[in-house]
Amino acid sequence: MSQRELELFFGPQHLGMVGNFSITLNVKGDRIVEARANPGYLHRGFEKLMEYRNWTQNFPMVCRINVVEPDSMEMVYAMAVESLAGIEVPERAHYIRMIVLELARLASHLFGAWAYSNMLGFDTVAQWAMAYRDYVLDLFEELVGGRVYHIYICPGGVRRDLPDGFEEKVMKFLEALGGHVPDFDAALFNNRIFYERAKDIGKIDAKEAVELGATGQVLRAVGIKYDIRKIEPYAAYNNVNFEIPVREDGDAYSRLWVIRDEMLQSASIIMQCIEKMPKGKVYTRTPNPFKWLIPEGETYVRVESSRGELGLYMVSNGGNRPYRVHFRTPSFTNGILVLEKLLENASIADVGNIMISLYVVAPEIDR
Amino acid sequence: MKTKTAKKSFLTPLKAAKYLFMKPITFKFPFQTREASQRYRGFHLNDWEKCTGCGNCADICPNEAITMTEIPEIEAKPGEKNERPRIDYGRCCFCGLCVDICPPGSLRLSRDYIHIDHATDSFVYLPKDEKNDRERFVAKEDYSLFKASLAHRKEDYEGFVSDLDFTLFEPQRVKMPEITLKERKNTFIEEVIGYSKDEAKEEALRCLECKLCEDACPAHLKIHDYIRAIYEDKPDESLRKIFEDNPIPAICGRICMKHCEDVCSLSLRGEALSIRWLKRYASDTIADYKTTLELKPSKPTGKKVAIIGAGPSGLSEAYFLRLKGNEVTVFDSLPKGGGMMLIGPPPYRLPVSSIEKDVNYIASLGVEFKFNTTVGKDILFEDLLESYDAVYIAIGTHVSRSTRVKNSEKCMLALDFLSENKIGKGVKVGKEIIVIGGGNVALDVAREALRLQNIQYPEEETVTKTISLEDWDEMPATEEETDGAKEEGVIFNPAWGPKEVKLDEKGNVSGVLCMKVKSVFDEEGRFHPTFYEEKEMFLKADMIIEAIGQGSDFSFIPENLKLEFTERRKVKIDKNGQTSIPRVFAGGDIVNINLDAVTAIADAKLAAEGIDKVLLKG
Repeated sequence: MSQRELELFFGPQHLGMVGNFSITLNVKGDRIVEARANPGYLHRGFEKLMEYRNWTQNFPMVCRINVVEPDSMEMVYAMAVESLAGIEVPERAHYIRMIVLELARLASHLFGAWAYSNMLGFDTVAQWAMAYRDYVLDLFEELVGGRVYHIYICPGGVRRDLPDGFEEKVMKFLEALGGHVPDFDAALFNNRIFYERAKDIGKIDAKEAVELGATGQVLRAVGIKYDIRKIEPYAAYNNVNFEIPVREDGDAYSRLWVIRDEMLQSASIIMQCIEKMPKGKVYTRTPNPFKWLIPEGETYVRVESSRGELGLYMVSNGGNRPYRVHFRTPSFTNGILVLEKLLENASIADVGNIMISLYVVAPEIDR
Repeated sequence: MKTKTAKKSFLTPLKAAKYLFMKPITFKFPFQTREASQRYRGFHLNDWEKCTGCGNCADICPNEAITMTEIPEIEAKPGEKNERPRIDYGRCCFCGLCVDICPPGSLRLSRDYIHIDHATDSFVYLPKDEKNDRERFVAKEDYSLFKASLAHRKEDYEGFVSDLDFTLFEPQRVKMPEITLKERKNTFIEEVIGYSKDEAKEEALRCLECKLCEDACPAHLKIHDYIRAIYEDKPDESLRKIFEDNPIPAICGRICMKHCEDVCSLSLRGEALSIRWLKRYASDTIADYKTTLELKPSKPTGKKVAIIGAGPSGLSEAYFLRLKGNEVTVFDSLPKGGGMMLIGPPPYRLPVSSIEKDVNYIASLGVEFKFNTTVGKDILFEDLLESYDAVYIAIGTHVSRSTRVKNSEKCMLALDFLSENKIGKGVKVGKEIIVIGGGNVALDVAREALRLQNIQYPEEETVTKTISLEDWDEMPATEEETDGAKEEGVIFNPAWGPKEVKLDEKGNVSGVLCMKVKSVFDEEGRFHPTFYEEKEMFLKADMIIEAIGQGSDFSFIPENLKLEFTERRKVKIDKNGQTSIPRVFAGGDIVNINLDAVTAIADAKLAAEGIDKVLLKG
């Protein structure tokens, strides 16, 4: 029986919320012939806005590009300004930044675990993941005064030193989360149903992944050990020991396992930071924000965010604000190029599964 | 790392069933609540008493959520504005940059964050704190979550507050390089060396441009503009800005009383911006004012103005009027320009070369100076009135007062001492000197005397003492002066008054008999010293200098012209700077009570406008 090709508008939908991302599918029966990602629902023009705010005013704004993990955004902006202006960051600030970044990675991964298990109908696991994410947000509230947007990693260091007893609270949290890992494994990762639902879904091979510019879990799930923290260590990542977890199969199942293993590595990094962190200053005062001119120059800095390589290209023409800002966000490649590729020949029922397993955050695409 | 995949089973998830029997980790809001963290970034708090209305919070806000709003009920103190920040919570992103830039630290964030209202206007809010707003801020026990809003907040509920280690402004000034104390005591070369280009730029970088200083400056110099020009490495531009309001920057850059720095936002929790030293930098960097400024007098008006006194006020008046195209002649009884600046400030603070730089520039504009000419003696005031269209009197206070105690005629007077040392033949000082007085002039005298002793008696022991009626807390001298004098070794005797100057058998001074001061001022705050007659002290001295204040000599003005004075014995002027005598204007120390150079310039600016009006009419 010959089938007609139909155009199907999938979305706008997104991790949990409806409204900021959509895919147009050409389908034959329930098979997808071609998929086109439609970003733009969330375009706020951050890169342009930043050209109209001074170096200091920009730092509370960059975090808004990625709601789920604002800290890598702050980090990459701080690194770019520091590299253009030649600012030295105190040693202790590097460690505090690493603690914050890894806590953010944990929060982000827990959020991802929530999204994926929620999508598959593992509501219990989703609730657990969300609860533990909230405990991380509690820690952030304690440290920076805000739960979601932290506005903490600023050019020159961090905005305040750790509050008294913060390290103990972090350790307590990590112990609690660690104690819960067997339950997570039992309920999700070693669950036969999860295996059946995720295995061979959204499968990509190493060659394609590299060609499409994928980074993060997508790349690590095909067996490529690619992590900016190892390739080009920033902060004090060369002073801590950690592994890059990889899997071979390149499917949703492998990606979720990579996320799980990364959380364990993050916890280990945080513990090492607390142990190795020196005493001292945490902030090098930056010049008066109203008069701060940064010498002409351009820079490209990158960090390993929870979704992959996050880069920032920034140009100064010697003025009090950036001349040009451009973010290279991991969701852009994963969420458009890789997604479109993986949806070919997939079934309509698997669209949500594939999209969420790619761990896409739409605001990162529409910056 | 390759993780081993455990055996997959449909049964493993059943392990999670144990959670059915555990207490939930969520709680029942709003019946159960949790406290926001200590550093929470919630709604704003603003201490209106500390807030100066500088507006830095509004300038730094990345979302333009803050507007400075005029509050008519607030009576702004000098150096403050009666404006307070108003926050639009529709725009605020709670980043706290406003807290980190706030110079007085009055703006803070609280741990309150709940506001529910259907009226959008209620989201625009003028933050205060529990000190100024008892209505909105309630005690913990009266607080109810069901009423929580911007109108119902907890008291003592500070969250994210300012921390001096993390402010966006730099509280410490760039240290002014100075010669060492040891060098200082033996020489009259300038104490402060002056900023280098990098130091000046770094210091200028600190300026937040809130412009409170410009309101506080009597002459309203465009301070933020000239500081910015220095930061941008354009000292010529900076000098041009200064010359719009002040034609004697080399002088003012050294001895200005810096009313601006007193109100500088940065001084509230740190050190004020070195506005004076930056002005000095601008004037010192430009070797030749004339080629840089390129100022030319307007087309000639054909009017002639006489100025009596070539001090700061007279010089400024000459400059302003000359630029307006008038013929200006300045008369002064001293041999050079500068007036009190020439004789008063010690050379280690204001060298004659700096005065000459300013005076020569004003002369180069076509102002005629007649030095060594005393009005009333060499030329009559009446003649000036007749042959000039207007006269500006800026004679300053050049008559030293004496204590008039017994034998006080054997003492030297402060101005005689200072001028003889600075532009005269020099003074032979004694080994034990007593300076009577507690003001800046007295300390200048003491510090100069001490240097002269060190120079004239290098190997011998010498001593310089001061006695002043005022005790430490009410001493009129600035802290800078007293600290400097203390460092150099001047011995203070505060709260002692002279009773009699004692003479030896040859008729030379041998010391001062002092008595202890009970009080200096009476209940109404007027100067009326009282003493404990019985508590006496004798201080040995071979030289005594009286420095208890100066007055003016108006005897050159014929009585029939009837020059009027105010209650405080100042020349009375109207809003144009004109005295009770038509076509005669006045300014400087004889008019204002600040008795400083920058106020003298302000007087000159006022009178220049006034004279311009009168000349146009005539």
